[in-house]
Amino acid sequence: MRIEQHPILEFRRGKKVKFIFDGKEYEGYEGETIAAALHAAGIRVMRESPVLHRPRGLFCAIGNCSSCLMTVNGEPNVRICTEKLREGMVVNSQKGKGVLYEKRS
Amino acid sequence: MKREVRFAEIAVVGGGPAGLCAALEAARAGARVVLLDRQDHLGGQLIKQTHRFFGSKSHRASQRGFKIAEALTREVASHPAVEVHTGATVFGFYEDGVLGVEQKGRVFYLKPARVIVATGAAERTLAFPNNDLPGIYGAGAVQTLVNVYGILPGRRVLMVGAGNIGVIVSYQLLQAGMEVAAIVEAAPVIGAYWVHAAKVRRAGVPIYTSHTIKEAYGKREVEGAVIWQLDGDGKPIPGTEKDLAVDTICLSVGLSPLIELLAQAGCRLAYVPELGGHVPLRDENLQTTVPGVYVAGDAAGVEEASAAMMEGALAGLHAAYSLGYGQQDYEARRAAIREQLEALRSGPVGEKIRRGLSKAIIQL
Repeated sequence: MRIEQHPILEFRRGKKVKFIFDGKEYEGYEGETIAAALHAAGIRVMRESPVLHRPRGLFCAIGNCSSCLMTVNGEPNVRICTEKLREGMVVNSQKGKGVLYEKRS
Repeated sequence: MKREVRFAEIAVVGGGPAGLCAALEAARAGARVVLLDRQDHLGGQLIKQTHRFFGSKSHRASQRGFKIAEALTREVASHPAVEVHTGATVFGFYEDGVLGVEQKGRVFYLKPARVIVATGAAERTLAFPNNDLPGIYGAGAVQTLVNVYGILPGRRVLMVGAGNIGVIVSYQLLQAGMEVAAIVEAAPVIGAYWVHAAKVRRAGVPIYTSHTIKEAYGKREVEGAVIWQLDGDGKPIPGTEKDLAVDTICLSVGLSPLIELLAQAGCRLAYVPELGGHVPLRDENLQTTVPGVYVAGDAAGVEEASAAMMEGALAGLHAAYSLGYGQQDYEARRAAIREQLEALRSGPVGEKIRRGLSKAIIQL
């Protein structure tokens, strides 16, 4: 949910951009983090834990805790709480530990 | 593989309140400073602080945190002797005093004559069933979402912890339009300053002291929380459970200093609960047991931003002095900063910090 009115702060949002999350298109603003854009769309589940497959979300929001790792443009383990949103990004929920270099057949 | 190593006079790791003041103080004394921060902006966690600061009159009291961040960032950015690198993560402190830095996918190495580590602290979590459910955040995380990005994480929140952060963030969530179901505090008393606690009480938010969270529940996200009362020994009392329908839980149960780089550097550490966990031993000038390596701010012990700024200034001043800069003004400037810092830590509010510091400060 986006805050439209605040007694102290004024939110200057950047250009509107489109991105894909798990196959569906969403809108967010340039300059905000992927986590912020997902939360604005009401999405709080970011990945599944590797062993027990429990849903995981955001915890620290400043790049310390690694709770929010997702796959962004094919790259796994991206801390989406600090990674900024850009036009056309493809963001996927991460399942498992993620593989940096897939074996090519 | 050939690697290029750049030399520097003073490197400051972390551009929060401590790092900014360290860089400024050193630069003003005449040293050249490289300031590194892994975020793409300076200011650290000050950027999400919308409340007015207390502290000494001479040190930006009654200003809001994000305004202090803006002012310090401007001063640092416009100082010709400070070279700022944002988006730059210091990932390693090597044996020969070389820092490994990753910036936008590129790696470079820096060998500074002095290093000031001002890496801050990380939010702690709490052990209870389902504490990993999405919808459970550190209080600071929610502050970032709400105050920096203007986004509410949910509609109704339970705050765990009635220290300053818990109570201030609760008030900020009310301001932003969230409903605060309750604040629970395991201690028998509210830890926050009364000014802040009174504000949330006036807004009708119940603060349950001697209470803690028993469990969170929900299928894939938080749908509610159960709280219960603690007896005089801190043991939960069965039958006192209250069920709260909340979609968000904030944990404000303290911070732990981020000391990884200092540990890599070989600094001697001590476990000091009053300061938030393991902290480096250091002298009055914030120099650690590794010569030329300083610590300042929450990494030295979790305290307030005002204290972090003064610690940063002391470390920056001494680092520059030890390189031969600012010899004339050193004593006077040092005395002035120390006086402010002592005033901030005086009285009953600073009692815990003083006890912690007495275990962490040594003669080198």
